[in-house]
Amino acid sequence: MLSPVILVPAVLNGLMTGAVYALIALGLTLIYGVLHIINFAHGALLTAAMFAAFFAYQWLGIDPYLAAIGLTPLFFLLGYGLQRFVIGPAAHGEDRNILLVTLGLAVVIENALLYAFRADTRTINLPYAFNVIEVGTAFLAVPRVIAFGVVIAVALALWLIMRFTYTGKAIRAVAKEKLGAELSGIDVAHIYAVTFGLGTACLAIAACLLMPTYYVNPGAGNAFVLIAFTIVVLGGMGSVTGALVGGLFVGVVESLSGLYLGESLGQIGIFVMFILVLLFRPSGLFGERA
Amino acid sequence: MKGFAPILVVLALLATVPLITSSNVVLNFMVMALLIALVGQGWNLLGGYGGQYSFGHASFFGTGAYVTGILQMRYGVNAWAGFIIGIAAGALVGAVIGALSFRSGLKGSYFALVTLAFAEVLRIVASVAPITGAGVGTLIKLDLRSEAFQFQSRAPFYWIVLGMVGVSLILTRMIEDSRFGAYLVAVRENEDAARALGVDATIVKLCAMTISAAITAAAGCFYAQYYLFIDAGIAYGPWISIEGLLAPIIGGIGTVFGPLLGALVVKTLGELTKLVTGGAPGLDLVIYGSVLIVVVAFAPRGIAGIFVDLRRRLSGTRGRSRD
Repeated sequence: MLSPVILVPAVLNGLMTGAVYALIALGLTLIYGVLHIINFAHGALLTAAMFAAFFAYQWLGIDPYLAAIGLTPLFFLLGYGLQRFVIGPAAHGEDRNILLVTLGLAVVIENALLYAFRADTRTINLPYAFNVIEVGTAFLAVPRVIAFGVVIAVALALWLIMRFTYTGKAIRAVAKEKLGAELSGIDVAHIYAVTFGLGTACLAIAACLLMPTYYVNPGAGNAFVLIAFTIVVLGGMGSVTGALVGGLFVGVVESLSGLYLGESLGQIGIFVMFILVLLFRPSGLFGERA
Repeated sequence: MKGFAPILVVLALLATVPLITSSNVVLNFMVMALLIALVGQGWNLLGGYGGQYSFGHASFFGTGAYVTGILQMRYGVNAWAGFIIGIAAGALVGAVIGALSFRSGLKGSYFALVTLAFAEVLRIVASVAPITGAGVGTLIKLDLRSEAFQFQSRAPFYWIVLGMVGVSLILTRMIEDSRFGAYLVAVRENEDAARALGVDATIVKLCAMTISAAITAAAGCFYAQYYLFIDAGIAYGPWISIEGLLAPIIGGIGTVFGPLLGALVVKTLGELTKLVTGGAPGLDLVIYGSVLIVVVAFAPRGIAGIFVDLRRRLSGTRGRSRD
């Protein structure tokens, strides 16, 4: 057993990492909750957002945290357009087709990035990337603390949108009863696209939070999205609270298993957990549907 | 034997390719196309006829490839025996994944997700486990004797993979006509209704997945013999899962010839891209992904579907003129 001096920082750091996982999972679960599809292009879109944040810094000298202000609406529009003009029309309303279309999109985006930027791994060096703040006995990296705060703020903002705006109400209505919503005059295709846009916008924020400490290459997003799948399945497909709690939980599990088992096995631990949850509790730990 | 004639004709035509040309480029291209056709045929049985879309057929391909390779190199097993054991191992992996997921009632996106996750787990395990050679991969020693399943020229390889595709075509045709095939299609169209009529949907899907995995594993075994090298990225990488589902979807999902037709189209597209761009990485997959989206959007039943529509339209006009 390790002493609290090591354990506490590991748990805290796990929570910080978990917050970004939670944000990625939030986008995924939002799309699932409303459109009832698993967006297999989520990882590729995250990679695209990370490249956008990288080049915003490299070419324009914009700090990733500032870049988020521009990239978030941009990725909202991208997501909106993808659902409205590509996924929606191509799928003919069949779930199996949506699966294939999002898979196709993932393949296209990922390999277009590979073609354009090669497999090179890129990082950005920020002066404050290695600053730490002291919390009790633990030292926490500043970028992680910022990420944690931003994720909480984003989750709160999303909750407010869902709760108090017309669009939010329409999204909830469509998620619950698509036909009924359509009959009461809600433009379902528009709401679908808005939801997809919100999910994609979450990725832009997540990418900007990741870039100060993480690297980007054409496969970078996939690692996160497999974790996000785990979180979403764990938290229950479509459950927003589930995604948040699940994200933090997985962050801690990863941090602790990395501590006890080493890096490469820690990765397998997540997959094994994922498969076990899928097989034995596909509705998730917080899921409503059986 | 009605319905088998077209298969035999196609096989006979394809069998003449090495007699017409001895160009290694052409033969290599055809071998790869037939290999993808074989994986596609495996996918098609489960995805096309059974409606269960797997995103992780690499699990079976890789298992077949690694089992033949490891048995030969580490245990001195004869290549042909290794080939058979590799197929059995792939089928076993399929049965296990199938049993776990179908018994838990996973379908649709969940099934796609769990198959993808299994393939990724296997890829990570294979890239660190010592028995697979970890990052270095497994190299099969050069031993150009037919007893070792290695040949001087590409022609015998070509005929062998063509034979395997032939078996898979005939098998698919037989399944189409069988009671099992009817059950499988019933499960695809409406699982609850099929269950209500007394079809044991879980067993039907499980059988389909096992056969599907065996066919795909056979392709993996062949790949190992043909290239004599595999590593985790080749054997369990997402490329094979994607090409394996692309072929039947482009050719015509749930049809006998769909995967073969689709594989030829996909590989031709891939080669053309390479010719035009000079083999830049990624671009061929960009084309594959776009084609996948376009086919799903505009021709959901693939090339075979287009042919069926054309024939129906032609016979339709003929019918009217008779009136």
